[in-house]
Amino acid sequence: MLTDDLRGMFYIALKDLRAYYFKPPNISWGILFPFAFVLAFAIRNPGETRDLVPGLLGLTILFGTSSMEAIVIVFERRIGSLERLMLAPISLAALMGGKLLGGMFFGLTVTGVVLAVALAVFGAVGVNWLLLILALLLAAAAFSALGAFVSVSVREVFEAQTLANFIRFPMMFLGGVFIPVAAMPLSLQVVARLLPLTYAVEALRAALNDGSWGTAWMDVAVLAGFAVVLFALAVRVLGRRTD
Amino acid sequence: MNDVIQANGLTKIYPAGKDRLPLCAVDGIDFTVHPGEVFGFLGPNGAGKTTTIRMLTGLTHPTSGSAHILDFNLLRDVTRIKKHIGVVPEASNLYDELTAFDNLVFCMQLYGVPRQERKACAEALLERFRLGEKRDVLFAKLSRGMKRALTVAAALAHRPPLIFLDEPTTGLDVMNARNLRQMIAGMSDEGVTVFLTTHYLEEAERLCDRIAVIVKGRIVALDTVDGLKAGSQDKTIVEVTLADSDGRQERKRLECNDGVESTIQRALAEANGQRVLAVNTLRPSLEDVFVQLTGLSSEVMLVEKGGKGGSNVDG
Repeated sequence: MLTDDLRGMFYIALKDLRAYYFKPPNISWGILFPFAFVLAFAIRNPGETRDLVPGLLGLTILFGTSSMEAIVIVFERRIGSLERLMLAPISLAALMGGKLLGGMFFGLTVTGVVLAVALAVFGAVGVNWLLLILALLLAAAAFSALGAFVSVSVREVFEAQTLANFIRFPMMFLGGVFIPVAAMPLSLQVVARLLPLTYAVEALRAALNDGSWGTAWMDVAVLAGFAVVLFALAVRVLGRRTD
Repeated sequence: MNDVIQANGLTKIYPAGKDRLPLCAVDGIDFTVHPGEVFGFLGPNGAGKTTTIRMLTGLTHPTSGSAHILDFNLLRDVTRIKKHIGVVPEASNLYDELTAFDNLVFCMQLYGVPRQERKACAEALLERFRLGEKRDVLFAKLSRGMKRALTVAAALAHRPPLIFLDEPTTGLDVMNARNLRQMIAGMSDEGVTVFLTTHYLEEAERLCDRIAVIVKGRIVALDTVDGLKAGSQDKTIVEVTLADSDGRQERKRLECNDGVESTIQRALAEANGQRVLAVNTLRPSLEDVFVQLTGLSSEVMLVEKGGKGGSNVDG
């Protein structure tokens, strides 16, 4: 059974990557969108560009994983092909795991491009690689699960896009990407602590800037928690919606 | 060998929603499907055909009742059941973004067909379903008939011993429907058990070994085509064509109240010296049986379905 589930996850992810993710518009959007944002801030404050790198990576992985993930499941449900996957001899969790893996792989790929550019420009001295990889993986899992949860919660593709943006755009401004959470008013700090992007950016900042684990272990733990809870919710909602 | 499907008191009740009352879609049905047969499941729209298939294939949980499929318990071993069945849903639901070949290979990957067998098996299926030339064409670019054929091929990709076909020929033109029916007959010849739902009575009559008729969630009849006709309230008619001395023809129809032979003798005795040109017996059709059982005509079913009131079954 476990072998069937693992095999199913792998091939569903592979199929999604071929069919939906690795398309030119998707790749260019995934890479250009965060750069455009950072460029706008860098022009205004040129001296602080390096500080924006963790946020840039956080944004890239947020949009890279969740943009298509939020659409794929609802799209496949509309055209009936999700039913094909549900008829396969795998568990619902494995089906969702495959969807999650596809989103994660694409998000990590485009983030890898952005990371390579950032390291080439600013150097890789003092980078905590283990923390960096862990933070990227868990952030990808959490954001991909967020996209999956959005996708199973709605009935139409446009609803998925609207809901995903409703969640992501406030997160972009409150997640410590452009303004450190500590510099925000207290009420906004409370909100920021409810957002997975906050923890992703903090962990990435620790990995890239000072290389110390400090409180970063808590950030990665919270990211893991978000990933598990959102994944479990997505599986549960999908099960209910398709029965 | 045991029955391929044994359903006992299978029931599905959809709970009340915001704008709807609770709905009993399938109401305690019992039936068995024998190995290698084509089992027809007929009924008007909303009768419970698709819900039954969804329960038997593990897509939806029965509210009550039980079923054994290929000796696996539906309530406990649904993943094992899924491994041994193929399903062709009402809509062709393969992936537009993948080619015909890649779609088949993906289905095999999902079902664990060994890597070294996939290519040859996919190509053999494409040839069998007359899609060899479309191997590298995207699913989105195939015609409707080809999409349907590929969807059936995909359901056979892991060589299941049992296949569910939900309205396989709906919306196809005569030629494509005919091809698909030949393929279904071919599956049966190879020993695959086929569970078929259709709106086309002629199709059911031609393909099915036994037929269950479901109305409002309940099976109201289950028998062979001949058995269903024999049980019909409509009687066999003896039609005698007579000609008088001037060559004028006349047709007489007599109901067989006491057997065909004696009715023919009675018809001949009533000929009164006229020449007997022909004697025919007219048996009730499956449509007559269906109308009696459901209170609907086949035309009504097709109109409900969005058809033109006609059939895609050629002579």
